[in-house]
Order: sequence, then structure tokens, then C-alpha cells
Amino acid sequence: MKMLTLIVRPEKFSEVVEALQKAGATGMTITEVRGQGSQKDTPQIYRGMVYQTDFIQKVKIETVVTDDMLEHVLHAAVAAARTGQVGDGKIFVTEVFDAVRVRTGEQGEAAIISSKK
Amino acid sequence: MRKAHLTKGGFIGLAVLALWLLAAMPVLAEEADPAAINSGDTAWVLASAALVMAMVVPGLAFFYGGLVSQRNALSTLMHSFFVLALIAVQWVLWGYTLAFGSDIGGIFGGLDYLGFRGVGQEASGTIPHLAFAAFQGMFAAITVALITGGFAERMRFPAFVLFSLLWATLIYDPLAHMVWGGGWIAQLGALDFAGGTVVHISSGISALVAAYVIGKRQGYPHAIHPPHNVPFTVLGAALLWFGWFGFNAGSALAADGLAAHAFVATHAATGAATLAWLILEWTLRGKPTVLGAATGAVAGLVAITPAAGFVDVWASIFVGLGGGIVGYWGVNWLKARLGADDALDVFGVHGLAGTWGALATGIFANTAVNPAGADGLLFGNPGQFVSQLISVVAAWLIAGVGTYIILKIVGALTPLRASKEEEATGLDQTIHGETAYNFSPTFGNTASGLLAEQHMSGATTVKQRISMEAPESP
Repeated sequence: MKMLTLIVRPEKFSEVVEALQKAGATGMTITEVRGQGSQKDTPQIYRGMVYQTDFIQKVKIETVVTDDMLEHVLHAAVAAARTGQVGDGKIFVTEVFDAVRVRTGEQGEAAIISSKK
Repeated sequence: MRKAHLTKGGFIGLAVLALWLLAAMPVLAEEADPAAINSGDTAWVLASAALVMAMVVPGLAFFYGGLVSQRNALSTLMHSFFVLALIAVQWVLWGYTLAFGSDIGGIFGGLDYLGFRGVGQEASGTIPHLAFAAFQGMFAAITVALITGGFAERMRFPAFVLFSLLWATLIYDPLAHMVWGGGWIAQLGALDFAGGTVVHISSGISALVAAYVIGKRQGYPHAIHPPHNVPFTVLGAALLWFGWFGFNAGSALAADGLAAHAFVATHAATGAATLAWLILEWTLRGKPTVLGAATGAVAGLVAITPAAGFVDVWASIFVGLGGGIVGYWGVNWLKARLGADDALDVFGVHGLAGTWGALATGIFANTAVNPAGADGLLFGNPGQFVSQLISVVAAWLIAGVGTYIILKIVGALTPLRASKEEEATGLDQTIHGETAYNFSPTFGNTASGLLAEQHMSGATTVKQRISMEAPESP
């Protein structure tokens, strides 16, 4: 199994989630994060003072998929998240050794495969 | 360290008790004179007193509270709340009498009303004396509360308490006497309808001096935090605008045409000031901000304060425009060049806009509006402008020098400034042991284990360990 950690623009969030689900991802965990890359944040003005933050608001989506789905999900996610501008984000793929469905105790791929399939 | 606190607290407690006993001495009860008291006037003044109270909390408390970083939100709210409570007692014990007692040398009042003795239900004009005294007490509170913006986010609490008490007693009370209590500034003929000099110029200058003496926040001006809750600030500004109708129109001390005039003048001036600030911001900075609108409104409210019951309604628009322009200039241009970290812009919005308002009163005052006032420069009486100028200079000097001296005295008794670590962690935590917001669905709802707070700008992580459950055996 593979874990995809996607860091994407907040405004692309709905599109990416929809693409992941269509591609077969059965679950995901969302965290709101701030991050730093090449993108410069837009300055904010309060009382005449200009504030430039070093860390820009992004959304982190973590989802675990079976190995056979990986390429398909990856391409769907990239297509949905891309705008072509600096700041589109990153996707990291890591190996998952095991998974457990808490309710039933199922382990391995059975833990992440949806029973609705 | 602990013993020192107890001794200081003990002395303060004894002093308070002594004064209370003195105040509670039986006095001849004054009979209320029903013929002189007007119920409409009384109702309006009492309502106005409550409106001005609302300007302190929640008005100013949240106006300021929203502007500071999250970790100092409570300490800032505490400043206003505590001052309200402190002055509520100080005013009764000795504040009112020092301001409005029988004149001593044109500088301060005598002890006629110590402990509010002699302040009863009898008429003072067309309202009970108590109503007048209560109304005035709210002004004392807001003046002291305004200064806190100058030293927000870095002043130690014991120093703040002592400073507030001394400033109220040694600067506000005498200044109020000089301008309103029959002192030398009143005798000069200077006009201040609702407190442009007594409240705003004095607090504005004092805040600037306090900012200089106490020093800048760490990282100022390059690495400071933006307001943590702009909606709070806007809410606070709206409450200030609302309460200010009591502040200005209530100063007519009657439910009459003059009060209505002051009401309208206040509203028109504030609208004009808001527009002026927004136009300046939009053209000079590119974007009109709601924070600018809120600040512009307060600047306008300040500017019209001395003038509301003396100038024509059309003139109030000019007073407001001037307030917005002067305030904007003070905050966006002058402040950076002054170098002091006047954290919440008290000098620009109150000191400078108040100065403009006082001088504008000397320009636009018209006896057709208020025969008890005077004519200004525009109506053939340049002498009024001179009187206003003198009162302004006097307020600047009294407040400025007085604040400096008081801070030096307080600083010799107790440290003025929080340590670097205290400031970095936040005063809510270090002074008050509190956290403003526990919004996390997990940690705001469960009662056990580690309570962690993450500041998303990549700065400090604050952890407190709260054990609500019995410790497990290892």
C-alpha cells in the first residue's frame, strides 16, 4: 500500500478531493497547514503597516491506496491540483507497511478496500 | 518576592480601608429638591453614563483586544476591565472631589466630596448630583483605559495598576478640574464640550510618553504580529461610536436641543472622518481596509468631542474630515518617524485628532448653537482660538511631563516591563495564567492530558500539562 501526502492550494481543495474519490481513493485525512516553498505570500495591510508572512496557507490531504491504484490516483490528483502557477504544491508517496480497520480488525489491503466496491 | 507582594498589598489594603471608613462617617443627609430636578434630563444623563461605561467595556476593550496578538488578548481586555473597576472605586473615594471639589489655586478641587459625602440626590442643575458625578466618573475611567494602548503587550501588571491609580489621581483629576471644575483653563474661557482635552489629548500624549519610557515590543517595527481578530476591533469601534452618543450628547447634561445638536454633530463628523480615512487609504495604499474605516471613525469621534455642543452641524463635517486626515497622517506617516512603539496608535487617533478638535472648536464655535459657549475665529473672535491653543499646550505638558514622572516613580518601585521570555510567551499566560481561546475540537472538549496550542505562523508552541484525572500508577 502507498500513502499519498498531497499539499495543495486551499482553493483547489474541492476539486482535488473529488478527483481522488473518482479515482478510487476510499478515505482521506485533511489537515490545514502552512508551508514554505518558492511562492511569496500576498502582503496584508493593517493600519498602514505591511505584513508579509513567510508561511503560506495550504491544505494537506493524506490518503492510502493499494499499489495498483497508485499511478491512476496520482495522475488524477496532479491534474486537479495544477494551476500552472508557482505554489501548486507537492505530492509525496511513501510506503505503508500495514493498516488496520479499527471496527473489524481487518489488516492489510482489506483495511483500506471499501466494502461498497 | 512573595513577602514583598504581601507587604505592598497589606499597605494598599489598609489605606483603602482607612479612606472607606472616612467616607462612611455619618453626614447630614441632603434633601432632594423635586422642583429643580427634571426627569427627562436625569434619565438622559444616567443613560449616557451607562453608554460611556459601554465605551470602556466592551467598546475599547475589544477595539484594543482585537488589535494585539492572540497571546495578549486577555491581558489587553483586562486593562480596560480592571481600569473600569479601579476608577469606579477611586472616583467615589477621592477622584470626584479632586476634580469637582471647591477650587484650590485653579489647579485641583478640595476634599469637600471625599468619599462622595455631600454628593446626594439633591439637584445639581436639573439632575441629581449623584447623576452628574456618576456620568463624570465614566469619563475618568475611559481616559485611563485609553492610555493602555500605548504599552499594550509588554507592561507588567503591578506596574500597570500603580500607574493607573497615580495617573488618575495626579493627572486626570486635576486636569478635569482645570477644564471643567472651575480651574484656570475654564477661567481662561477655553471650551471643551465633552473631553477633547481632558480625555483624548491627555491620554494620547501619555500613551506616547509611556511607549517611549517602557520601550518597544521585541521585533518592533520589523517583526510584529498583525491584529489577531479584526472583527473584534470593528465590533469595539461600533460600540465606541454607539456609546459616544452618551459621551457627547450626554455632556449637554440635559435632554434638550443642545443634546440633539451634539448627537447629530457627533454622527456627521464621524461619518466624514471614516470617509476621509478610507479615501486616503484607498488612494495612497491601494486598498480600503475595514480596520481603516474603524480607526477613521474613532478619530472622527475624538475630533468632534470638544466641539459637539459648540459648532454648527455643517462645521462638524469639517471637524470630522480634519480628524480623519490628521489621524491618518499621525498613524501612517508620523508614527514611524517618532520611533516609539505606541502599539495601538493612541497618540495619532486620540492625541493628534483631539488636538485638531480642540483647535477646530476655536475656529468654528458659534454662540448661535450654544450661547453658553463662545464664538470662534470664523465668527470674528480669534481670541477663542488662542484660548484653545493654550489649553492644548497645557494638556500636552501636564500629561506628558506628568506621565514621565509617574512612570519613573512606579518603575523605581516595581519593574515596568515584562521580561523577554514573558513577552515572547505572552502576557495572558505569564501574568494571568489564562489562554484566550480553546477552540480545538479535541482539546477544547476533552479534559485530560496534554493541552497544546500551536501558533501557525511558525513561532512558539505553548504546552501546559493539566491533569484532570487521577495519576495512573507507573
